Amino acid sequence: MSQLQLTGVGRDVRLPDGGVLPILTGVDLTVAAGEHVSIVGRSGSGKSTLLNVLGLLDSPTAGEYLLDGQDTARLRGRRRARLRGECFGFVFQQFNLLPRRTAAENVAAPLLYARGKDFLRRGRTAREVLDRVGLGDRADQVPERLSGGEQQRVAIARALVRRPRVVLADEPTGALDVETGRAVMALLAEAAAEQGAALVTITHDLAVAALADRQLRLEAGRLTPMTAAETAAATS
Amino acid sequence: MTGLLGVLAEAWSEVRVHKARVVLSLVGVFLAVFAMTAVTALGLIVAQVQQEQAERYGGRPATISVSGYDPTTGLPPAAAEWDAATGDLLDRYGVSEFATFRSSSALFRLPAGTQELPTMEVSPSYGELHRIEPVAGRWLVDADRDSLSPALVVNEFVLAQMGGGEFTGPRSVVLGGARPVTATVVGVLKNDGGEYPLVYRVDRSGLGVADTTVSSSYGFGPTTLELWVPPEQADAVVAAVGNDLSLVLPGLQVDAYRMDSPGVADSLDVLRLAIRGAGAVVLLLGGLGVFNVGMMAVRQRVREIGIRRSFGATSSRVFGAIMLESVVATLLAGLAAVALAVVVVANLPIEQWFNGGVPIADEPGFPVQAAVEGLVAAAGVGALAGLLPALLAVRVKVIDAIRF
Repeated sequence: MSQLQLTGVGRDVRLPDGGVLPILTGVDLTVAAGEHVSIVGRSGSGKSTLLNVLGLLDSPTAGEYLLDGQDTARLRGRRRARLRGECFGFVFQQFNLLPRRTAAENVAAPLLYARGKDFLRRGRTAREVLDRVGLGDRADQVPERLSGGEQQRVAIARALVRRPRVVLADEPTGALDVETGRAVMALLAEAAAEQGAALVTITHDLAVAALADRQLRLEAGRLTPMTAAETAAATS
Repeated sequence: MTGLLGVLAEAWSEVRVHKARVVLSLVGVFLAVFAMTAVTALGLIVAQVQQEQAERYGGRPATISVSGYDPTTGLPPAAAEWDAATGDLLDRYGVSEFATFRSSSALFRLPAGTQELPTMEVSPSYGELHRIEPVAGRWLVDADRDSLSPALVVNEFVLAQMGGGEFTGPRSVVLGGARPVTATVVGVLKNDGGEYPLVYRVDRSGLGVADTTVSSSYGFGPTTLELWVPPEQADAVVAAVGNDLSLVLPGLQVDAYRMDSPGVADSLDVLRLAIRGAGAVVLLLGGLGVFNVGMMAVRQRVREIGIRRSFGATSSRVFGAIMLESVVATLLAGLAAVALAVVVVANLPIEQWFNGGVPIADEPGFPVQAAVEGLVAAAGVGALAGLLPALLAVRVKVIDAIRF
């Protein structure tokens, strides 16, 4: 069974003058468990909106979004927030680490919203995950003392710490140089695969997109598979 | 359970990480809680001192004075008749707390010569009823009634007349008269309100011992009985006692009236209320500082709040964390302020300042009530100051916050 299934999903925003601006139109997308999908698009094409819809941060204004076969339109408030925390891990372009907290505290932060052992063991778990991304020796450093690549690896550790079923990465290499970006992307793909988590990457970098099992293009709010030529160009 | 722990952990983490901001915002609360707690504590202690001062003269609430005299001669009744009548009265009404006193005088053989000094013959229970607290030695006890050497408690003025020096143990003084006896000073009182002699002497009436040391040149007062009764029964007791004794001792003028000052409690209540009112205003001003900084902090933390929402933080969780952060912070400031107030108040020379150096009988210590009020007020201010920032935080749109 597919983990995420979007059928005819649309997202409009209401403008101050009363008009309606469509951001997403009739998006169909299926992501299977453990699959790596990348979505490529220009700025303003609706990539981040799609990611927000997938991560239950935003709701579609049209269509249907099933998460593990469950209609997300029926999810409200506390249940929606809880499912978001349990099912999804987010990696942002600007890392979005909590300032003045150490790397370990940042990675442990999502576990503050977990229950039972996961909550109580959060410090130890955070250090274990930091070890896995190669930052065990930087666990007590605050983000301000870490390089861009290290900060993004902390963000990846944070996204994975609750063992999510889906990792959503919004331009994860956007703030990094090419070489560091590739290393970080490889790490992200490897760590997600290791946990059996699906990975949805949004990027405008074709090289990053090429790392995925499947590449899609988002243009003017519509999602289409990338052509064979585009994929070949990206991987060459 | 872990949810609550999570909110607490989150709030504590915020306080710890934003130490400088938190400390700055809490200066006002700290000072306000300190002022309120210290002033409230001092107010309560001063109220206690004032109450004790009033009770030294008028007795504890409610003290009923009962005395009698013959209106034609002005003389007191025969001791045996009076003792029998008052004894029956105490039995009939089941009054177990009472004291007796009688004014008299005695000739004291002092180093500077013999002097006639006024004395007060009192029952040992008089000390408890009037909160008399010696600065050295002890107050009179029941066993003193049987002692062959009359027990005395004198003030520092009389002690100085006896040769002065530090009172390290019982001292003897010869009381003159037809057959002089050696009395024993067992305790010393602070001079209260001036340089005048004050001598308490254990009342040995009813023992069949003829006291030959009482000077006959000094006017005797009637033996006065003091009853300690519940304040709400005071009026009924005054009426009943006057009526009963008049019936038992016909021809005698019986005076029964309430000695203590019931108005003192009311005026002290007004004082306490005024102190608390002032403290509350100060605290409110301190709370405004926390509120302002809280509002600013939430605006600066919009992105962080958005990130936490992406972790699965619910609206109520965000609300609770911001509220608790404010409450935890002000509570810590309150704790520090109360601790400082305890140290400051405990080290103030309160007896010297407010009680002329006389020891406080019921040493109130630091009033727990003031400490609790300080902490509750701090938490209350934290909750109030955190409310609006918390509501603001809940309204943050996650998507906008992450892009912020």
